[in-house]
Amino acid sequence: MNEVVAAHNIGGYVPMVDGPDKVSGRAKYTADLVAPGLLAGRIFRSPYSHAEIVDVDVTAALRLPGVKAIVTGADCDKTFGVLPIARSEHPLARDKVRYRGEPVAAVAAVDDATAKRALGLIKLTVRELPAHYTSQSAMAEGASNIHAQRPNNIERDVLFELGSVEQGFRQADLVREGTYDCAEVCQNQMEMHAALACYDAERERMTVYASTQVPYYVHLMLAQILDMDMSRIRVIKPHVGGGFGCRTEALNVELITALLARRAGGSVRMMINREETFITHRGRPQTDIRLKLGMRKDGKITAVECECYQRGGAHSGYGIVTILYSGSMLYAIYDLHNVKYIGKRVLTNTPPCGAFRGHGTVDIRFAFESLLDEMAGELSLDPLAVRRANYLTAPTFTDNDLMVNSYGLPQCVDWVEQASGWRARRGTPPKGEGSIREGSIRKGLGFACSHYISGASKPVNWTGEPHATVKIKLDFDGSIVVLSGAADIGQGSSTILVQTVAEVLGLDLSRVRVVTGDSEVVPKDNGSYSSRVTFMVGNAAIDAAQNLKRVLVAAAARKLEAKPEEIECLGELYRAGAQDKGLTFNEVVTEALKDTGTITVTGNYSTLPQSHGGKKYRGAAIGGTMGYSYSAQVVEVSVDEDTGVVNVDKVWVAHDCGKALNRLTVEGQVQGSVWMGMGQAMSEETAYHDGLLITGNMLDYRVPTIQDSPPIEVGIVESNDPHGPFGAKEAGEGSLAAFLPALTNAIADAIGVRFNELPVTPDRVFAALEKRRRAGNGHAGKAGRAPS
Amino acid sequence: MTRILELVLNGRRRVDAVPDNLLLLDYLREVVGLTGTKTGCDGGECGACTVLVDDQPRLSCLTLAATVNGQRVDTVESLGHDGRLSAVQRGFHEKLGAQCGYCTPGFIMASAGLLRRNPHPSEDDIRAALGSNICRCTGYVKIIEAVKYAAELHAGGVSP
Repeated sequence: MNEVVAAHNIGGYVPMVDGPDKVSGRAKYTADLVAPGLLAGRIFRSPYSHAEIVDVDVTAALRLPGVKAIVTGADCDKTFGVLPIARSEHPLARDKVRYRGEPVAAVAAVDDATAKRALGLIKLTVRELPAHYTSQSAMAEGASNIHAQRPNNIERDVLFELGSVEQGFRQADLVREGTYDCAEVCQNQMEMHAALACYDAERERMTVYASTQVPYYVHLMLAQILDMDMSRIRVIKPHVGGGFGCRTEALNVELITALLARRAGGSVRMMINREETFITHRGRPQTDIRLKLGMRKDGKITAVECECYQRGGAHSGYGIVTILYSGSMLYAIYDLHNVKYIGKRVLTNTPPCGAFRGHGTVDIRFAFESLLDEMAGELSLDPLAVRRANYLTAPTFTDNDLMVNSYGLPQCVDWVEQASGWRARRGTPPKGEGSIREGSIRKGLGFACSHYISGASKPVNWTGEPHATVKIKLDFDGSIVVLSGAADIGQGSSTILVQTVAEVLGLDLSRVRVVTGDSEVVPKDNGSYSSRVTFMVGNAAIDAAQNLKRVLVAAAARKLEAKPEEIECLGELYRAGAQDKGLTFNEVVTEALKDTGTITVTGNYSTLPQSHGGKKYRGAAIGGTMGYSYSAQVVEVSVDEDTGVVNVDKVWVAHDCGKALNRLTVEGQVQGSVWMGMGQAMSEETAYHDGLLITGNMLDYRVPTIQDSPPIEVGIVESNDPHGPFGAKEAGEGSLAAFLPALTNAIADAIGVRFNELPVTPDRVFAALEKRRRAGNGHAGKAGRAPS
Repeated sequence: MTRILELVLNGRRRVDAVPDNLLLLDYLREVVGLTGTKTGCDGGECGACTVLVDDQPRLSCLTLAATVNGQRVDTVESLGHDGRLSAVQRGFHEKLGAQCGYCTPGFIMASAGLLRRNPHPSEDDIRAALGSNICRCTGYVKIIEAVKYAAELHAGGVSP
């Protein structure tokens, strides 16, 4: 007889459980769904950036044959917003429009062509107001007020000083200050926004299919906007074609579609186009940063002073949280004391920003790691040595009370140093001028680090419930069905749930199925944002599986006339000692069902109160998590001095994800993060002309193609977090930020010019090189700032 | 005006009356109900709608349905045999060439077109063949691995 062993399901390369649906075209996304008598929805948008609404005349549009319903701001006086303290947005503008493209009215018609024609018949009359497109303009004295409740257009002012920066700068051997300007960028996920709303007028029930990362938030906001009891609403999340943060809040698209469906008394499908998806936005704000660092000769950082302005757009969204993250996440990567942060989140007449992958941390990290590199050069220190002089020792609490339990940054730095051949190729101290030159091509190597949270310890909607809840159903057929509200948006959360449950029970993955995405069936989940799912929902899944295992072991013990502690669970076999023939899994299930019939168990996970951040300043809870991921990167570039074109030849990235539950998806997430950082660093920018989006397509919003994209070699570092599920932490965001400074540090290494403005386009590189050529500096000289 | 469109769609002969201005993409998705082919942009920017017309990759969002009269059109639903995945599909599944899956049908059809005309592509060939398809999840690294693996499977006798 072959020896029976429990199946092991974590730590390997496991293709996604829903992969066959995606590669066969069977996977249904919201726009793929149809319903009987489906109406087509379209949105009428403001052509003004800032104006008082005098009149929205829809009478002509309503008379058009085939038009079934029209809704305007007059039909809904409720506001929505992801933060309970900042719900400033109407699904359809009332009284005022605040950005070009803001929804004003919406039409449901028998077909799309009719809906489109109806939009042309809507007449909007306004009194225009002065508009503000930059943080500086919006904050200037006498600026037009965008939201009455936010004087001076400041959404949130953050100020803290922990320790004394004055004292810290006195202890420094070198003090340097830099200013940085990062362009606004957008998630630009492949699936454009879509919603399908079906209203059952007879029973007064609403079902909404939404391409969302957080069905729970959509549910809450639908109830608020429709003024309906939550129990009458059902939210279904079909397959979602990416999110990267823009779908972590309820969007006007799904709310407007529901308003239309109720008005029409039927089903409405809204499929907004790529330009409208850009305008719906929720991307990363344009950010101005002033950063001042003090450093000792050995690289130890003695003081940090950081000032950050974010152009937030026309509504609150996540703004308060974003500006707080930018301050709090200065910490938890290095051992810092004497830190001062001044943050201002500004309202402007541009589309609302939101939470973009690496939420709040990316632009700040770009500034920080750039200045570290520059100062390392001045002190003739290896950039890696500067990081090594500032490591944390885990477990620890930072000065702003963030709990750090596992810290794999040193191993990440070591890995990229080895893998990239850093010492041999870049040398210590760095040459500053780049080592290789072929024709007009100069090569350079750059280095940087970053980190991220594994979910916010305290969810946005704090209710006192566990952070995550998972249910498992087991019935006569012996199949294990995991019920979870976690939204798989392509990151592979459903696969992780199957793996963790199968691992605990010692069963093959094929016995486990997962059901997600329907509020009528699955438990509520706080959603797929800030990389929380593997950590929070993974832990809840482990808890649920352990509870199920207890039920099965008790049944086996009864049947085998043994004590539960004598039962050995080998997945497909339960036995009382090695000599026992034991019971098959199905026999155990049959026995267990005798007690209760169909078995359902619940698993929960709650974060530790000490991980909830502190109270040293207003908003200090933001940044608190159960586990920080860490990343180090080396980027190799070729810069063509004749054209300004920068080519990324290769990236080496090491990511501390605690424990790789699935090496395949960890690698995929890390590569995707690095690459998304590359887009922001090199080409992506949402640009506006007087508030008019001029990059509303995928040619002008320039995403790297396969031809531009480098090999990305991933090193997985496992610091085995004491609280993570099997030791795991996040893998999907932490590696994004480091790419940006690693790139500009590499360019500085190659050509001696430092770029503090993103994106670093060929135009910018060429202009900088031209300016230097005209000044007669040739190629000589150490790395200086890009001439502006 | 309406025209008669006669084509071989996914190996089956089909006749429809279609408006002149109907896009092949909308014909496939809305008329036939083959929603595997995706809409990712406002026209010709992303490659998500790529199908094969007489084995050549074509953006169905820039093609009028009436213009493929008499031709063979293959969508992602045509791939595979006896319910099993084709070589390219297996590559994208097993090597994680698909994350959110939305660009995947377009990438798979462009890759299938590549393997039909060049069964042993180099990495440069793969990059060139997929240069007009955008993916926002993978950074393309695993897409290249997926196509290389698919070529190996194809060489071993699995249909592309």
